[in-house]
Amino acid sequence: MKYDIRTTELRKMIRSYLFYVVLLSALAIFPVHAPAAWNNPYPASEEGKNILYASFRERPKHLDPARSYSSNEYEFIAQIYEPPFQYHYLKRPYTLVPLTAVSIPTPVYLDQNGRKLSPKASATDIAYSIYEIRIRPGIYYQPHPAFAKDAEGRYLYHALSERDLSKIYTVADFPRTGTRELVAADYVYQIKRLAHPKLHSPILSLMADYIVGLKAYAETLDRAYKKLADGREDGVYLDLTRYPLAGAEVVDRYTYRVKIYGKYPQLLYWMAMPFFAPMAPEVDRFFSQPGMARKNLTLHWYPVGTGPYMLTMNDPNRRMVLERNPNYHEEHYPSEGEAEDRRRGLLADAGKRLPFIDKVIFSLEKESIPYWNKFLQGYYDRSGVLSESFDQAVRFSGSGDTEVTEAMKKKGITLLTSVAASTYYMGFNMLDPVVGGYSERARKLRQAISIAVDYEEQISIFRNGRGIAAQGPLPPGIFGHREGRAGINPYVYDWVNGKPKRKPISYARKLLAEAGYPDGRDARTGKPLLLYFETPATGPEEKAQLDWMAKQFKKLNIQLVVRATDYNRFQEKMRKGNAQIFVWGWNADYPDPENFLFLLHGPNKKVGNNGENAANYDNPEYNRLFERMKNMDNGPERLAIIDQMVDILRRDAPWVWGIHPKNFTLQHAWVYNAKPHVMANNTLKYLRLDPELRSQKRTAWNRPVVWPIGLLAVVLVASAFPAVLAYIRRERRVQRRGSDREDGR
Amino acid sequence: MIAYIVRRLLYAVPILIGVNLLTFALFFFVNSPDDMARIHLGMKRVTPEAIAKWKEDRGYDKPLLYNSRAAGADKFTDTIFFRHSVRLFVFDFGRSDQGRNIGRDIMSRMWPSLAIALPTFLVGILVNITFAMLLAFFRGSYLDTWGVVVAVIMMSISTLFYVIGGQYLVSKLLHLVPISGYDTGVEAIKFIILPVIIGVIGGIGSSTRLYRTFFLEEINKDYVRTARAKGLSELRVLFHHVLKNAMIPILTGVVVIIPLLFIGSLIMESFFGIPGLGSYTIDAINSQDFAIVRAMVFLGSVLYIIGLILTDISYTVVDPRVRLN
Amino acid sequence: MPFQPVFLVTDVLIYVLLTAAIAFGVYASRREHLRAPWRQVARRPLAMAAMVILSAYVFIGLLDSVHFRERLPDQDQYSSEVLSLLDKIATPLRTRVEKTYSAPFAVHGFTKETVEHPDGSITREYPRLLYGGAHLEDPRDRTADIVKRGAVATLEGGIVWVFLVGAFVLLWRRPGEQFMHALRRLARGDSDLPWRTILVTIGALILVGSYSVNMALHYHILGTDQVGQDVFYKSLKSIRTGLVIGTLTTLVMLPFALVLGVMAGYFRGWVDDVIQYTYTTLSSIPGVLLIAAAILSLQVYMANHPESFETVVARADTRLLFLTIILGVTSWTSLCRLLRGETLKLREVDYIQAARALGVGNVRIMMRHLFPNVMHIVLITVVLDFSGLVLAEAVLSYVGIGVDPSMDSWGNMINSARLEMAREPMVWWSLAAAFVFMFGLVLAANLFSDAVRDAFDPRLRK
Repeated sequence: MKYDIRTTELRKMIRSYLFYVVLLSALAIFPVHAPAAWNNPYPASEEGKNILYASFRERPKHLDPARSYSSNEYEFIAQIYEPPFQYHYLKRPYTLVPLTAVSIPTPVYLDQNGRKLSPKASATDIAYSIYEIRIRPGIYYQPHPAFAKDAEGRYLYHALSERDLSKIYTVADFPRTGTRELVAADYVYQIKRLAHPKLHSPILSLMADYIVGLKAYAETLDRAYKKLADGREDGVYLDLTRYPLAGAEVVDRYTYRVKIYGKYPQLLYWMAMPFFAPMAPEVDRFFSQPGMARKNLTLHWYPVGTGPYMLTMNDPNRRMVLERNPNYHEEHYPSEGEAEDRRRGLLADAGKRLPFIDKVIFSLEKESIPYWNKFLQGYYDRSGVLSESFDQAVRFSGSGDTEVTEAMKKKGITLLTSVAASTYYMGFNMLDPVVGGYSERARKLRQAISIAVDYEEQISIFRNGRGIAAQGPLPPGIFGHREGRAGINPYVYDWVNGKPKRKPISYARKLLAEAGYPDGRDARTGKPLLLYFETPATGPEEKAQLDWMAKQFKKLNIQLVVRATDYNRFQEKMRKGNAQIFVWGWNADYPDPENFLFLLHGPNKKVGNNGENAANYDNPEYNRLFERMKNMDNGPERLAIIDQMVDILRRDAPWVWGIHPKNFTLQHAWVYNAKPHVMANNTLKYLRLDPELRSQKRTAWNRPVVWPIGLLAVVLVASAFPAVLAYIRRERRVQRRGSDREDGR
Repeated sequence: MIAYIVRRLLYAVPILIGVNLLTFALFFFVNSPDDMARIHLGMKRVTPEAIAKWKEDRGYDKPLLYNSRAAGADKFTDTIFFRHSVRLFVFDFGRSDQGRNIGRDIMSRMWPSLAIALPTFLVGILVNITFAMLLAFFRGSYLDTWGVVVAVIMMSISTLFYVIGGQYLVSKLLHLVPISGYDTGVEAIKFIILPVIIGVIGGIGSSTRLYRTFFLEEINKDYVRTARAKGLSELRVLFHHVLKNAMIPILTGVVVIIPLLFIGSLIMESFFGIPGLGSYTIDAINSQDFAIVRAMVFLGSVLYIIGLILTDISYTVVDPRVRLN
Repeated sequence: MPFQPVFLVTDVLIYVLLTAAIAFGVYASRREHLRAPWRQVARRPLAMAAMVILSAYVFIGLLDSVHFRERLPDQDQYSSEVLSLLDKIATPLRTRVEKTYSAPFAVHGFTKETVEHPDGSITREYPRLLYGGAHLEDPRDRTADIVKRGAVATLEGGIVWVFLVGAFVLLWRRPGEQFMHALRRLARGDSDLPWRTILVTIGALILVGSYSVNMALHYHILGTDQVGQDVFYKSLKSIRTGLVIGTLTTLVMLPFALVLGVMAGYFRGWVDDVIQYTYTTLSSIPGVLLIAAAILSLQVYMANHPESFETVVARADTRLLFLTIILGVTSWTSLCRLLRGETLKLREVDYIQAARALGVGNVRIMMRHLFPNVMHIVLITVVLDFSGLVLAEAVLSYVGIGVDPSMDSWGNMINSARLEMAREPMVWWSLAAAFVFMFGLVLAANLFSDAVRDAFDPRLRK
């Protein structure tokens, strides 16, 4: 009797079980189409808004214009702080145009006795240069609590107590904000800040050589600060307006004057960088109140400026948000540019008011791969090209040009390229007894290595052609760089069929033999030549590059020992001159040859002088020419000197000239007005978006694929099926045995 | 009970002192403050004065252990050791080498870590116990055999493969969840779900196998046989008797890691871009921010010790035979 | 001499470990109470199959642990390059370096290259590989060639295996037993030890080996990596790294754990307190952080003393050794705790109490009575920890505090594979190779350690 009931139960169970299996399979086969993409990393409420999505790789260390000096910091503050000048967005070669200034000033030259000299006076006669900068009236700061005043005109938040601060976590927590007109004094205040003892501005030592009185001023401030702080670490406000600086003075409400020693035309370039942006003293005072720093409320984290955008959310662990500054002054999209620009549609918005985009959201994206994938899914608007995904994105057309692949073209992605004003070189330590020195023997060794290290191959393997092999220290686009036959390095290249061609390795071997190392061994001792390569690269990712480097030296039968250390040890070795061969890079601060050639100027040596000349190259002839060249205005005379200098360098070969990287940027079809600019950083204001198109594409590209999950569920359930059967069977057996026993009793 | 906890807490103090001394030695005898300054000031235009100022700002210009120039008690307190290590005891983590308040950062990064670690932990225990019980229930059958084989196979696969494979499949190919990132509130769910699933799957192999032995051990005990002989169904026996007793070793084994959930998972967080304490630590290691690493080491040790104390307490809770002394 | 031997520190430690293992084997085989559990292990087919696979790994690892420098041709100098026996055997694999990625069995490169034709025109195309499939006149013959070579490999492997089985049966049959009878008995599995399983596993290994040898000389059977190195060769080289991490870590920590654990349990009192304090302190620091700090400090030492590390190999080896030591420091505490507990129990046992009453010295008691009686715990821990340590290496390399980047290891391979996965089309072979090799080792180790644990102490759990 019992037995029968069980079997029917069993059958029922099997039937319902089968039903579920069929149902799940049906679900699996006909996937449910979700209306919106599931993988959208942004809240649904942001869809369709005029927001640009970008990312940052690591949190910017300083957002203080007196301190920031790296491109990831400039990406933010260049949109917020406005120096008096900027680079023209479209024109090439790079030209300075006024930003908040009325015009670009021409310097007035004075001699030792303060007498005015003609503009054509020679550099040796010029003792001082004076730049008088007039700014436009009617420019206002972004809304900020530091400017907020009560009815009587007193600042609301300049005397905050512990209790006032207890509920404050970000600047946005202050209920009231205010603004103020930009005045010339703000620019002067910022120049003074470069000497502030607590700010450690990276350009202080450089500017102290030029701006009159800045060096003494730094000492004055240091003393004043120590006295004022009296051991306190927090909440000390040093009022710089009370300490005058001879080199930076206010003339009237909208005019200020900068006085420098000698002639230094490059100063104007510096004044297009955020170092010379205005800083409102009340903002500085506001953030200097006790208790603010403990809450991470500092000028390093909350920039306040007059620019097109203001930083409204600063969570360096997750995202940073730039929003349109409601007080932004009138500025219009440029209406002239290069010949090509009109065809490319870059002048379509000419004369329209800037900025176009309401909000820019930077999300923290530490790894490049998720970044790239999100770009392809439409969640980032622009992206660089990873070498890993290069062939996916870019191909070479028949004529050797680059263009996007079919797959990218179908998505509407376009490619922008530009050669960066940077150089990555392999340096020899000129103080090293083996590779250094100025003897013919050492020179030949270096030249042989220069030929053997095939940077064309490196560019093609590791950079996918994103770069050009350097012929000397000056990248294209910098005055003094020469194209074509006249521009090749005759010690490493031959001119064949209208193109530079690396000299054969047999020639390098010959040079090596002449240097005293036939077949890679010391002719005197017979020992194999062992060279040391210093690198701060310790991660597995760099291993391939290190292997490649060793391979290059092997061509000459030289053993390359890679000494990988952490970054600070590497730095120390460089400073002490213990390194032999190393790789180093330089990004131009401004588009002037001086900014590259000083990297090999003797007095700028790393060892002893702690300069930027990492190879410790010191050639008296070169040094002499450099001194002459550095303050000249661009012209044939300067070019002749530069040619001479470059030739000295090529012969001495203190560097293997390495590469000038090429920047590849991809952008989606909904981004307009992008033109690569290697000097300017304040370019976000020119960009325009079509959010409508973006929404459509995102949905089309990101339809969730659900069936594998259904399939997985089916498989899991199906595999459990026999087990359930087994259980039922066993239970039955146990029961029966139990009942048998009962029967037997 | 309270007296016991107090005593255990007091016992923790010398251990924390030991931890502190050890990390201090590792960080300050090995790397000089000069080195730290240099990395943080960046590559371009670094002058010795800037380094000196950097050190001064952070109090790294003091002597390490004994300040002969100071007076009185300051001889010992005006030192790097006192100012940077001893203050940890009152949970004053100070500023990071980049100038941010570490305590605040830890507070804000703790939640994303928990958002990943806690569900992983809870779901993991639930799933593992379920699987282990299934295997124990079907012991001796093909299901058990294959289950154990699958478990051994799963535990022989590195977590990295689960993470790499999971992200590739679910995010990139199937478009089911965002590839990486994090958001607050309800929006966080879509970011959390994949790391949690991967975390659970990665732990199934070893835990299921271990828990299965716990169950089997209980099942073979006399009282279970008695229960079964009384005619209780297998399911009843399993749930009423075996589960309750097998939970003792399981629970006491996992209690120790509960406090450490706050620290999060290094790999999961850095892989999925979760702004938690795990990725905080990795970033600190990579950027050699010694202040943060020091703080995290200390915090980790504190949490571990709390875990040990909790374990002892949990023994008495689940098993009244154990008395605290 | 045509070569000059080089002894790396880890090599020496491996030799020490090997000698100790052999000595232990000889010692155990003479004592019944030690032989019994091993016999139990040997009876389990799965464990024995795992052991065969482990032996294959160990064999390759040992080949890679004999280092030397070759004499340079016609000179009185030795090459500055340190090679291992494995390097020497796998010279064709080591030296056939392509330019960059290529897929398994590919004859063309994986990425397009700019090719300049004699007429000056430039195209982007997939170049023929320098070595992979270079013997083929027409790349379209590849499939036929692979099938042919596969057949040859199967045949060769089969013949070797048949001879091996034959030789085994001849030796193994009972006196007077007919060959065919013994063979049938073997095939039925009617034997004391699971010889059938062992021989089948060996057969499978021989087949794999035969395929590798036949194919690897003409193709990159697991493809090449970014700088064109053969992935198969890299995977083989990684074996030693994995084994060193898995075994030496326990070896270096063993003396501390053993001596301190037993001392704590035996002496109790303040000795116990000090030892307990030490290991609680050490174990309460999160392991990853301790390792990170220690590796950073090693890098500093290496940077300051470049003269002590003449070759890349020596540098990498020092870092490997240091990694094992620091891993040992973080993992000795649990063993120490177990040993202390066991000793606490043991010291109350009659014969030790008696020995103490008779005035036997403490050292003697520990040496004669305590150490032998806790050895099973040590053994189980060593075996159980092995697979965990191999897995840990990969994770540490991912975080950037693992072995030297110039060293071949599965962790480094997985790490670089992360970038390769983002390529389109995907570069999957490095990851797959690391997966297969690592999985094989860890799975075998897990299966074997299960058997060992069950045999020695079924109740002891981690």
